[in-house]
Amino acid sequence: MFSDNEIITKSAIDIDKVRSDFPILQTLVYGKPLVYFDNAATTQKPAAVVKAMDDYYYGYNSNVHRGVHHLSQIATDAFELVRRKVQKYINAEHEHEVIYTKGTTESINLVASSFGKRYIKPGDSIIISAMEHHSNIIPWQIMCEDRGATLRVIPISQSGELLMDAFEEMLDETVKLVSVTYVSNTLGTVNPVKQIIEKAHAQNIPVMLDAAQAIQHIGIDVQDLDPDFMAFSSHKIYGPTGMGILYGKEKFLNEMPPYQGGGEMIKTVSFEKSTYNVLPFKFEAGTPNIADVIGLGAAIDYINDIGLDQIREREQHLIEYALKQLKTIDGLRFIGEAEERAASISFLIGNHHPFDVGELLDKQGIAVRTGHHCTEPLMNFFKIPGTVRASFAFYNTEEEVDKLVAGLKKAAMVLA
Amino acid sequence: MTIKEKQDEIIADFELFDDWMDKYEYIIQLGKDLPIIDDEYKKEENLIKGCQSRVWLHADYIEGILNFTADSDAVITKGLVSMVVQVLSGHTPKQIADAEIYFVEAIGLSSHLSPTRSNGLLSMLKQMKMYSVAYLSKTLQ
Repeated sequence: MFSDNEIITKSAIDIDKVRSDFPILQTLVYGKPLVYFDNAATTQKPAAVVKAMDDYYYGYNSNVHRGVHHLSQIATDAFELVRRKVQKYINAEHEHEVIYTKGTTESINLVASSFGKRYIKPGDSIIISAMEHHSNIIPWQIMCEDRGATLRVIPISQSGELLMDAFEEMLDETVKLVSVTYVSNTLGTVNPVKQIIEKAHAQNIPVMLDAAQAIQHIGIDVQDLDPDFMAFSSHKIYGPTGMGILYGKEKFLNEMPPYQGGGEMIKTVSFEKSTYNVLPFKFEAGTPNIADVIGLGAAIDYINDIGLDQIREREQHLIEYALKQLKTIDGLRFIGEAEERAASISFLIGNHHPFDVGELLDKQGIAVRTGHHCTEPLMNFFKIPGTVRASFAFYNTEEEVDKLVAGLKKAAMVLA
Repeated sequence: MTIKEKQDEIIADFELFDDWMDKYEYIIQLGKDLPIIDDEYKKEENLIKGCQSRVWLHADYIEGILNFTADSDAVITKGLVSMVVQVLSGHTPKQIADAEIYFVEAIGLSSHLSPTRSNGLLSMLKQMKMYSVAYLSKTLQ
């Protein structure tokens, strides 16, 4: 029988245990223990994820949906089980609303291309925001150019928050889709997506969410939040690279034409006319990334095991601690100071170039990202060449934050 | 001094440091010796684009000798640029075209020459070689 105390201990994150689940965290860099604060670029992988992929390759490697033989059936079952895990993780109504892709980028490209072909006419417009990652800008630019439509941008404030009044004014009859990021990869801003979706839906405008920086931090129930499309990448949620998810509402996915042609996505083929397979296979041409799908499944199991609420709580605590400690550095200014934020903190120190700061942190074993973070328009808005970005995961520690702060102070001294 | 002698001297200087931070302080110091590119040349077409920091490069060809001026918006990059400029300036196009640059690796900064790093140093070296080859072909005409 558990006492109350034991239950509390069980639900709180055991940091030593968690860190031992990620073997790479023991790595030495230039002889110093690695401090990994580049989690927004990609998260590290727990041993369970790598093992699940090994198990597939060593134990039941086989193509899916094709063979009648034993291994193919095991592989197909494991592959399709992950679809149900993702469905459950985001609470999608239907399993076939979960499409496997190469990542967030491909998911957005798929929607831009197929939604564009089906619904966009000259004179229409698409709305994105000023804080989008290039992968939520360029696919729409390409599509708008192709369809004679206009791309419009929700402005932001100096603190890095969307100007919601401006957004509402933009919602006229030309708007056919709104595509915004849930969490900014550069600023860490958590956007009021619930409100965005409600406002857009009030005018029958569908909404796509780029959840690449949200899915690993914030619980998302797509039936409650109600986005029409949502994209995320496996590698940012502790799974392998080269794999991602597109969630789309059945009614849109059924009406949209296929994105790519090939095996798997067809029902019948003749040289005159082919008919397409049902969802989700219509959008999954070719042999899929089976091992990585299985890896994502293991990553979701791992997260569920720890609890996303626990993860969120720990990460918020780390961010608050980091914000407080970073403020002790002379001349440090934050780029993006949103009220509600997740995972990433961007900053600059004095006039020092972010590259110089990042280089000096690297030599102290501290991994951060420097540069424009694939958000060039956002850097132009703030009139800066880039930022230093520290991004956190639940396996990071306060001690590591202290090392970052000490490392930054040392870097500032060298650069002074 | 030959290009080789200059490189060997840099390598010997860097052997004095065993701490990364001291090494970088020295690199940043060297950046202050960089012959700075004239404002009239500090424009888009002389910009060597890198993902992280920007480098501008200009070549002057006078009486058979190439001299380089440059600048960068990041001080570590500027220091590295300064060393490369110092090594290659004051030589003939043929000497520059034939030169093998090995000092960057020898002082432990080879990551700066990785094409994926793209901070401008590798592109700058390529550009300097291109200038030398261009002037070399001119002198052969």
